Order: sequence, then C-alpha cells, then structure tokens
Amino acid sequence: MSLVSEGADFRGSVAAGAGLDRAEPSLAGVGDYVALMKPRVMSLVVFTALVGLAVAPGTMHPLIAFTALLCIAVGAGAAGALNMWYDADIDAVMTRTARRPVPMGRVRPGEALAFGLTLAGFAVVTLGLLVNVLAAGLLAFTIFFYVAIYTIWLKRWTPQNIVIGGAAGAFPPVIGWAAATGSLSAEPVLLFMIIFFWTPPHFWALALTRTEDYARAGIPMLPVVAGDASTRRQILAHTLILVPLGLAPYALGYAGALYGLIAAVTGAIMLALAWQVLRERRPAEHASKHLFAFSILYLFLLFAVLLIERGWGGLIARLAA
Amino acid sequence: MTEEPKDEGIVLTEAQKRARRSRSIAIALSLAALVILFYVVTLVKGPIVLVRPL
Repeated sequence: MSLVSEGADFRGSVAAGAGLDRAEPSLAGVGDYVALMKPRVMSLVVFTALVGLAVAPGTMHPLIAFTALLCIAVGAGAAGALNMWYDADIDAVMTRTARRPVPMGRVRPGEALAFGLTLAGFAVVTLGLLVNVLAAGLLAFTIFFYVAIYTIWLKRWTPQNIVIGGAAGAFPPVIGWAAATGSLSAEPVLLFMIIFFWTPPHFWALALTRTEDYARAGIPMLPVVAGDASTRRQILAHTLILVPLGLAPYALGYAGALYGLIAAVTGAIMLALAWQVLRERRPAEHASKHLFAFSILYLFLLFAVLLIERGWGGLIARLAA
Repeated sequence: MTEEPKDEGIVLTEAQKRARRSRSIAIALSLAALVILFYVVTLVKGPIVLVRPL
C-alpha cells in the first residue's frame, strides 16, 4: 500500500471520527466564517487584482473599481470556503490545516458549502451587473477552476495538481484588467504567466518541508510521489522559466527601469535559492524554507513596483477622472 | 389517560443563541451594504447601468 492510499484510508476514518456530520445547532461565529474565506489568500488575490486593474488603460470610476475589487475578494473567499468544505477530511489530518473551522467542528461541511455557494453567486452576479460581464465570467470560471478542477479533481489525483491548479491563483490580475477595460490583451496574460510559473516553486518549496504531512493526508504532492530529488530539480526548472517571465514586462516595454532592476536582482536571488534547494538533501530544509519565504517577497515586489511605476499614476488619474 | 410529553424540539443553549444572533447581524449588515452598493452605483452610472457590454 502506498503512502497516498494509506493517507486516503486514514482520511476517511478521521472525517468520521471528527463528527463532521453531527446535527446539533451551530456554534459558528462570524470569525469562523471569516476564517473560511482564507483572508490571507484573499489579501494576495486583492493585491494582484488591484495591480491588473491599475495598470489597465482607460478611466474607471473609483466606486466601480472598489466594487470590482470587493467582488473579486468575495469570490476568492467563496472559493476558499468551498475548498474547506471539500477538503475537511484532509485538513483534519494535516498539522497546518487541522485548526480550520470545519475540521475543528465549529462549522459543519454543509454550512461551509452553502456559505461558499452563496458568496460565489453574489460575487459573480454583482460583478456582472455593476462592472462588466467579461470580468464576471472570468471570476466565475476562476472559482469553478479552483473548486472543481483543482480541489475536487487534481489535488488528490496528480502530482501536477498545483502546476495546473495554479492557474486559479493567476487569474485575479486578468479579472482586474477585464473589470477596468472590458477586454483582454497580452499584458494581463503576462501577469497571469508570472503567477502561474511562480506557484510551483513556491508550493513545492513548502511541500518539501511537509512531505510526511501531505503523505499522511493522501495528497500526491510531487515530493510524496516523485521523491525529494526530482522535486528539487522541478523547482529549479520552473524558476528558470519564471525569472525571464518576471523580466518580460520590462523587456516588452510594459514596465520601466526600476521594475527591470528589481526583477533582475530578485530573479537572481530566486535562482540562487532554487540552486541551493537543488543541492540540499533531506533532512536539511533551510534552503527550501528560504525559497518559500523569499518567493512571497519576490511576487509582492514585482507587482508592487509595477503598481508604483505603471499603475499608481494611472490609478490616481482614474480616480480623479 | 396519561398526557403525551410535549415535544419542545431543539432548544438552543445560550452560546448557540449568541452565535445565531451574531450570524444574523452579519447577514443583515451584508445585505444592507449590498443594497446601498447597488443604489449608489446606479446613481453613479445613471442610465448606462443597464448597458453591460462584454
């Protein structure tokens, strides 16, 4: 029996033992529902959507921009709640997620499902009615992709789960752009590609430090299925694609010299850290932890500089218009 | 003839009542915010609020 199938068996017994389907009146408070929305993930989604919205050409009323960001945030929260509904069994097994509201028994799975579906419906319909239909369609597709394609299908089925599933996290700047312009172009697609190729090194660096946790939960993350050395090679390979993509906005004239400088310096650090991860062997985890932490700063810096250089002036002009 | 014991259904504890009240208030505030948002956006956009191009 493989680690993964053992994890799947264990998952079922934990789900039953946790009393996840008890029918007592709920004790869930507002804080539990806020936790269901994964506020930290939501803040990253809002930030990248803001950059997509701010760098887009044209003018936009500040209230409509606020509405777009609010809907994207609520849509991300809906996806988080639906993820916690479906993943309650594996969340209960993993140290990192065991204290989430559903595995703790504070929110019942059915409540999380209803909450997520309600939020998703309101977010998509409101975005469609008050902003534009393209942005609403993209938000609906993103929620569907994260919940149905990533959470329900890929996550428990293939070690490429976060490679393909990473598309869900890459959509927010595209939705922001679509909300501002009602159309799409190469620039938001480039922002999409940066997040898309950033996701695997980021999550695999984390997975290298949580291999036993993922195996116990029955999730076929790359280190569990393909092993430690293969994962480290894959991290470097994806970083080698990511760094030129990070430089592309400058090379293609979408960003200025400051962005080019930051992308070059932080890209070099990403490559150096990925190289250290390749050379590291278990049980050492320092390089993986450093790469995981720095990758967050890397993405934040790229988008923040883009916002300052391209978006800030445009955003102020847009708000003043 | 003995009287049937009255079924009182589910009786909420004080903690459950407090949790329900906090959830109800949050839902009320969210719906009120949504109504205000639609109202203000309609004022801002004017008649083109009905125009929703792709």
